[in-house]
Amino acid sequence: MKRKLEEQFFKFLMILCTLSISGILLMIIWTITSKGAGSLTWDIVSKIPEGGFYIGKGGGILNAIIGSIYITIGATILGLLVSIPVVLYINVYAKKNSWLATTTRLTSDILFGIPSIVYGAFGFTIMIYFGLKTSLLAGTITVTLLVIPILVRTMDEVFRVVPEDIGNAVYSLGGTRWETAKIMIRQCVPGIITAILLSFGRAIGDAACVLFTAGYTDSIPTSLDQPTATLPLAIFFQLSSPIEEVQNRAYAAALILTIIVLIISFTAKYFSKKLSKNKI
Amino acid sequence: MKNLRLTIDKITGNVFLIFTLLATVTVILIGAGLYYKSAPILHSNSLSSLLLSAEWKPFKSSFGFLSYIAGTLSITAIAIIIALPISLLTGIYLSEYAHAKVKRALLPPIDLLSGIPPVIYGVWGVLIIVPFVQEKIAVHFVEFSSGYSTLAGGIVLAIMIIPLIISILLEVFSTIPDGLREASLSVGATKWETIKFVVLKKSMPGIIAAVVLAISRAFGETIAVLMVCGNIPEIPHSIFDSCYPLPALIANNYGEMLSVPMYESALMLAAFILFIIIFLFNAISRIILYRLERSSN
Amino acid sequence: MTTEKPHISVKNLNVHIDGNHILKNISIDIPDKKVTSFIGPSGCGKTTLLKTFNRLLDRQGNVEITGQVLVDGEDLYSPDTEVTHIRKKMGLLSQRPFPLPMNIYDNVAYGARIHGQRDKKELDRIVEHYLRGVSLWDEVKDRLKDPATRLSIGQQQRLCLARGLAVEPEIILGDEPTSALDPVSTQRIEELFLELKDKYTLVLVTHILRQARRVSDYIVFIYMGEIIEFGTTEEVLLNPREKLTKDYVKGYIS
Repeated sequence: MKRKLEEQFFKFLMILCTLSISGILLMIIWTITSKGAGSLTWDIVSKIPEGGFYIGKGGGILNAIIGSIYITIGATILGLLVSIPVVLYINVYAKKNSWLATTTRLTSDILFGIPSIVYGAFGFTIMIYFGLKTSLLAGTITVTLLVIPILVRTMDEVFRVVPEDIGNAVYSLGGTRWETAKIMIRQCVPGIITAILLSFGRAIGDAACVLFTAGYTDSIPTSLDQPTATLPLAIFFQLSSPIEEVQNRAYAAALILTIIVLIISFTAKYFSKKLSKNKI
Repeated sequence: MKNLRLTIDKITGNVFLIFTLLATVTVILIGAGLYYKSAPILHSNSLSSLLLSAEWKPFKSSFGFLSYIAGTLSITAIAIIIALPISLLTGIYLSEYAHAKVKRALLPPIDLLSGIPPVIYGVWGVLIIVPFVQEKIAVHFVEFSSGYSTLAGGIVLAIMIIPLIISILLEVFSTIPDGLREASLSVGATKWETIKFVVLKKSMPGIIAAVVLAISRAFGETIAVLMVCGNIPEIPHSIFDSCYPLPALIANNYGEMLSVPMYESALMLAAFILFIIIFLFNAISRIILYRLERSSN
Repeated sequence: MTTEKPHISVKNLNVHIDGNHILKNISIDIPDKKVTSFIGPSGCGKTTLLKTFNRLLDRQGNVEITGQVLVDGEDLYSPDTEVTHIRKKMGLLSQRPFPLPMNIYDNVAYGARIHGQRDKKELDRIVEHYLRGVSLWDEVKDRLKDPATRLSIGQQQRLCLARGLAVEPEIILGDEPTSALDPVSTQRIEELFLELKDKYTLVLVTHILRQARRVSDYIVFIYMGEIIEFGTTEEVLLNPREKLTKDYVKGYIS
């Protein structure tokens, strides 16, 4: 009897915890939406800050939206240029379970755990070292460092479960490792897309990296050496203002960022579902 | 033709190898870069004065990290105390009790939660948690709290690390062979007893690894915590006091650090400390998890 | 043992995987243009032996291979042997069909393309020829641009055979190639093997004794990493010399 009761009690707690996690998610989305929706106007997303913006006058955060998109896309492309070769090397070129492959996997897991503030500080030191100023370029490079481990880990998980026989099929036709690599890429397209989206989500929402390296400005950057605003920092800076209109714009910006991230998450879900269907 | 193909194969092999090596040494580069920058302050101040003094007066060249370290440790502790039971119960439920259908409905919210940017957690914390702490909790215990407190930071942080812990726990539980559960059930144990005495016991290294990973994640979280914890550089005496964690110190002062001597070096030392601790914690827990995965195959 | 000229000649082959001695001192001559089947209980090393022939085995880490495998007199394991050209000589049919992630046409044309064939007309000819060769042409000629994964599993296995044949190998290696197939598809694959042996040397790994009997000219019985008996199908299955072989054939050990 006591045994049963104990189990019932814990089962109740478990269900409670599980449901409350979903509840918290809904609560976060609800809070951000209800606070932000009121100030979310067309001006916010279509204009850059006008004079007196930070004391509550007109304008929007287009500079931050565009800046974030520039950095996110740039970092993801640069990140792919590095991580695809890495993933191909440890999954196709190197022998199965080789020492280098294991070390690379471990390292990318560790790098994944390094917080973005540390990447930011490191990005800042290389920026100073090369005599750069806070800029779109410095921000992009730092965020690239942040997303490489995400890309490597996510793609590696997909490449690893491709049956060995696919590679063997190509080899037995006299194919080289490079030809096998190309087939593997085709096989893993949905997984690569999921990885890209995950990296997008992480890059667009990250504040600590760009805080050090991208700077902040009211205009949209026109070249790589100009500083740029970003969405998370737009939220962060405006929220610390004592003026209510400015704070409200922070909520609107938070809503925009949340919507972008949710869209990215749902698209990633769609592709990973597709991936599990593709499995042979 | 054949030679060209083989040449391409060789070239790509070598280039890819270089990229792989580069990606692997990044971790060393980061450590070395931060150490190089923090070397000046390590030379001019003794390590014990840096770590054990709470006096932080950059203009007088006294850099005692103690209050920041205390801040980081206290919000991390609060976050783990809140997050671990919730994550364990949820993880056990999802892996042992929930039907496939229920699982499919309940996993996406956890994933979505892990995708929400820190700054959004910060905004939510300011709007909900800070007033909640101030009006609903603190009033019963202390005369006044602004709500921007160690507790608020801990709660927000707890919610941020819950998805991480759950996802690792689910992986760990899935490495426990079904045969083991069946063996326990077949001698008449209830499901809950099987979980308590077999699953949890067998998963212990994995659970520890999950907690260590969560701690290292909590150590490094910056923006969300910085927005809700008040940022007063004193050792917090109660959970309703404000605190000032290390990452927040780095983030808040990046602008002025270049104008004060040694200030930059001190902040980089803060980053270096974070790096070393998180590196070690991550390495240890990942190695534990790799072992578990390998032994289950 | 046999009078025919050997196509593959294995000499004192030893294989260790993760420190375990998987193949022990294997020496065997695989006759040219015949069907030779490897039989034996699972885990006896028959698939490992097959994989040493096209050097897919050494792609796994922690494998140590000593001894010689000669194909047409060329040692596969000598350091200056170029692997891709060896593999091209040997088609592989694995346990389950693994079509490449592309359409039916491209699957068959793939090998020819990577080996330099760019002429569209010639590719068309190759695709049709080999799809006819595995009697798949009539079933797929109207949907060559469909993804290969849409075919039934039996059709996929024939497609994989066509894909392998299209690079004009001399040897076909089959690793339990019918184990995932239904009886009808299995029969078709077996019929194809019998047709193919005029032009190719076939080496099959199988755990189905009746299949070995239906298709093979020669049978190799492998047990615990060693060759116990090698002879014609009749000899090994009906009049085994060794007691172990007798026990296996009668079903006492499996």
